[in-house]
Amino acid sequence: MNGLFAPTADPAPAPDPEAVPVVVLSGVSISFEGPPVLDDITFCVPRGETRILLGPAGVGKSVLLKIVNGLLCPDKGSVLLLGEEISQMKEEKVIPLRARTGMVFQEGALFDSLTVRDNVAYQLIQERVPDDEIDSRVREALTFVGLEQTFSMFPASLSGGMRRRVAIARALIHNPEFLLYDSPTGGLDPVTSTTIIELIMKQRDVYRTPSLLVTHRLQDAFTLCTHRYDPDQGKMVPLPEGHSAEQTSFLMLNEGRLIFDGSLYDLVHTPDPFVREFLE
Amino acid sequence: MATNTIDRSAKQIVLTVQEYTLFAWRAFLNLFSPPIYWVDFLVQSDIIGVGSLNIVVLSGFFTGCVLALQSTATLQAFGATSVTGRFVALTMIRELGAVLTGIMVSGRNASSMASELGSMVVTEQIDAMRALGVDPMRKLVTPRIFACITMLFFLTILSDAFGILGGAAVTVFLNHQNATQYFSMAWEGLRLSDILQGLIKPLFFGYIIASIGCYNGMKTTGGTEGVGRSTIDAVVTASVLIIVADTLVTQVMLGIFR
Repeated sequence: MNGLFAPTADPAPAPDPEAVPVVVLSGVSISFEGPPVLDDITFCVPRGETRILLGPAGVGKSVLLKIVNGLLCPDKGSVLLLGEEISQMKEEKVIPLRARTGMVFQEGALFDSLTVRDNVAYQLIQERVPDDEIDSRVREALTFVGLEQTFSMFPASLSGGMRRRVAIARALIHNPEFLLYDSPTGGLDPVTSTTIIELIMKQRDVYRTPSLLVTHRLQDAFTLCTHRYDPDQGKMVPLPEGHSAEQTSFLMLNEGRLIFDGSLYDLVHTPDPFVREFLE
Repeated sequence: MATNTIDRSAKQIVLTVQEYTLFAWRAFLNLFSPPIYWVDFLVQSDIIGVGSLNIVVLSGFFTGCVLALQSTATLQAFGATSVTGRFVALTMIRELGAVLTGIMVSGRNASSMASELGSMVVTEQIDAMRALGVDPMRKLVTPRIFACITMLFFLTILSDAFGILGGAAVTVFLNHQNATQYFSMAWEGLRLSDILQGLIKPLFFGYIIASIGCYNGMKTTGGTEGVGRSTIDAVVTASVLIIVADTLVTQVMLGIFR
């Protein structure tokens, strides 16, 4: 009788949600009427980690980012976003998952016909959050990116750098579980680029939000690795010589294939001739 | 070589028709499940309906004038100028009111929908909307389609009314005929089937205008040049399809109300 109630085997332990990566890509390929833009891409973004995707212009970095967020469907392979397979999922089922992520587009992609307030609050407005709460959360998000004064302005009256910062505020207002940045500093002057990188660093170090950042600017990538955000000083500070930011690692794409996946140390010591040429 | 080109073009046409059909069907089905964006529906109704008021009223009025002018010469030969009112009213209500309004609204709104949505596509605003958890089909396309159908229905009624008024103006002030006779002939000549025919057509035309405008906008590729191409395609396709649909609907309606 006792045997009936005796456990026959140890039950499989439930996976720790904190241990499950936010994104897992396996064998992802995609092509658009021609040779593959991405071919057999496999990598993951663990929780709390920032992955920097490097590569020359036109190798499919933005396409990869859109696949990760379910904006494009791969021809082959699987994409796990926040634990759910989305590569073949219907649009209406991916939408709630996307709402849990934040994405910053190359040129900001702000809605021209809406004010900065309505752009930043777009998701909250759709969810019918009360106006008072929207106003306070928008002001908080704009303060985070240092643009409180733009609350009632239209995107057309903002500079390129300000538009990117508003786009970051829009991506952050919903407290996303995962962030995607598509060349957030592309086409900006060095000073504005540093401001944007500092914001990304602040989000990484203060809120520990995992992210995937696409860039072809090495200096931005290295700044993220060699600095940390100091909340007491309210600015980024360099890490001691020989140290690099924990949980910030690199991926590199070339001709549709992932040719590097590793830390800053691995990157600068890789024997791969293309990576070396890219770094030099 | 020529066969390959024909083959490729034929496949492209079939693919486009298939894509458009799925697009239009999905936009239609969205009306029957939440979320439905009523505010966007009202905003679009204002843009399409109120915004097109001037061109529809003017084109309707002057079409009525021309109909009266042209018909008078012919009707005089048979001594039947008294039926001018009947002629103008029937022509406007059964045919020209709906078709002209459709083409006017197509020129104004199919182009604006294609260029607006096309610009949003090339500046990644549509992707941004999707990334923010909002379905652009529900938010942008469905409200435009149903606003266009609703507004075209009322705009057609206005066009018909102003067309009849335009005919009356010519008949009374230029041809010096009796206004009462004009309006009573117009009224007596009308049957329910004529009115139904004239009011069913705008429902089809409205669907064509908005679905073609939105489809071309959402399929825009190739930057700002692509936006221009989409705009032209939208107006040309919508205008031609309005005439084609008019022929089909007229044939069906004539069969029903024979």
